[in-house]
Amino acid sequence: MTVADFAFYCFAILMLVAGAFTVVSKNPVHSVLWLILTFLSAAGLFVLLGAEFVAMLLIIVYVGAVMVLFLFVVMMLDVDFAALKAGAAKYLPFGLLIGVVLILQLFLAFGEWHSAPGAEALRRTVTPDAVEIHNTQAIGMVMYDQYLMLFQLAGLVLLVSMIGAITLTLRHRSDVKRQNVLHQMYRKPEDSFEMKDVKPGQGL
Amino acid sequence: MVEYFTTTNLGIFLLTLGQILLVLVPLFVALAFLMYGDRKIWAAVQMRKGPNIVGIFGLLQSFADFIKYLVKEVVVPAGADKFVFYLAPMITFITAAIAWAVIPWNDGWVISDINVAILYIFAISSLEVYGVIMGGWASNSKYPFLGSLRSAAQMISYEVSIGLIIIGVIISTGSMNFGDIVAAQDGAGIFSWYWLPHFPMVFLFFVSALAETNRPPFDLPEAESELVAGYQVEYSSTPFLLFMMGELMAVVLMCALISLLFFGGWNSPVEFLPDGILWLVGKMLFFFFIFSMVKAIVPRYRYDQLMRIGWKVFLPLSLGWVVLVAFLAKYEVFGAFWARWTIGG
Repeated sequence: MTVADFAFYCFAILMLVAGAFTVVSKNPVHSVLWLILTFLSAAGLFVLLGAEFVAMLLIIVYVGAVMVLFLFVVMMLDVDFAALKAGAAKYLPFGLLIGVVLILQLFLAFGEWHSAPGAEALRRTVTPDAVEIHNTQAIGMVMYDQYLMLFQLAGLVLLVSMIGAITLTLRHRSDVKRQNVLHQMYRKPEDSFEMKDVKPGQGL
Repeated sequence: MVEYFTTTNLGIFLLTLGQILLVLVPLFVALAFLMYGDRKIWAAVQMRKGPNIVGIFGLLQSFADFIKYLVKEVVVPAGADKFVFYLAPMITFITAAIAWAVIPWNDGWVISDINVAILYIFAISSLEVYGVIMGGWASNSKYPFLGSLRSAAQMISYEVSIGLIIIGVIISTGSMNFGDIVAAQDGAGIFSWYWLPHFPMVFLFFVSALAETNRPPFDLPEAESELVAGYQVEYSSTPFLLFMMGELMAVVLMCALISLLFFGGWNSPVEFLPDGILWLVGKMLFFFFIFSMVKAIVPRYRYDQLMRIGWKVFLPLSLGWVVLVAFLAKYEVFGAFWARWTIGG
């Protein structure tokens, strides 16, 4: 067993265990923390595959941003997860049945999948040699050279959905005091107070 | 003998372990004196003496503090989530420590020479926020929780602008490896460093680094005047020490990043002097001094001002700069002033 194999089994076992704990742990915050561990293990597996760019993106985007939002929501919302999970035992057989059916379907599909003899070689020729060009560059070339239009369209879809989300939540409330930052910055001492020379024993 | 350390598994393991110790042990010793220096500078600005009892000029103050933190009793608040409570300071400390794996000290003096080094730093620094959130939540107390909520929003906001600023440097270099970035700044001494082509971004990066590491004037998570000490309120003894060392290490890491990205790393500022590790250490010390001075002389920002600067000023500016640099590099304005591609191109 080489070091890479050992690392693979470590990451894979850790990922499965953390995934299982995500489902079974009673405290929702603990669930999110286990989910973070799952993502980190997945990033480790990507590094072992030689896809270090994807691994780093997984950590930056999912662990660094999405999971923080998850954690926020779970911490702030007072959801009684014990009550939600009370019916879990009742639905367990049904859930397991769906899981088994899914596995069987995947097995049937991939078990019958035969690549044409030339297809394997053709697939490899598309990928440039790893020594020649590392995968960050390769992904960049695919996204910005080959499929630039599709990439831009995907960005446009995101932009539209962002504008939609902002429009849905935007409301102009007149009963709220608002701060005018420029007004605050241009405020001078003379505007707010004046100096008086008060003689002793006289007052103003 | 050399083959043993480069071919066998145990040999590679021992070699890596040795390299890690070679980086971390001097770093930890340096942290003690940086902490002392930080307090001395702060004291000097306020015309106090600062620590001056333990050792000559108080030089051993940090070591006395270290022993004090270790032998004190650990207090865990009632109702705290014990596991997460202990995990939080460890995460802060460990993420701050493992980021040093990709920081080079001289040409080739780096534990892990990977081609996504900057993304790695970015990934690790996005993990640092978990120490703060978990610490605040696990304490089961109001002030720490408020502090951690503020801090999470703050660190995520400024990560965005730091990332965009770094993208400008990556566009100029064409690589995410620190060795390549420093090599791209080699040439006519101080004027070929990236501070000149990326001039406005140096300041934005510095301010974002202050906010990202929760240093004053952006130390809202621990604002002692309103939140006592934010997420650290309930921590005592060794867990508190881990938080403190983790934060200080993150600050030193930011000093290293500024030196490597914008100030030429180990390149010497004048051509007739040789390059070397001393230049990098000197630049890091200089930026640490600036960090300390800012802590001493700038008043704390209001929270809404902080978020406004992050999202409404820094984000548009750095995003605009990325687009501008992309054009300047693509059309090679001023020759290779912005376009210093070492690979591809």
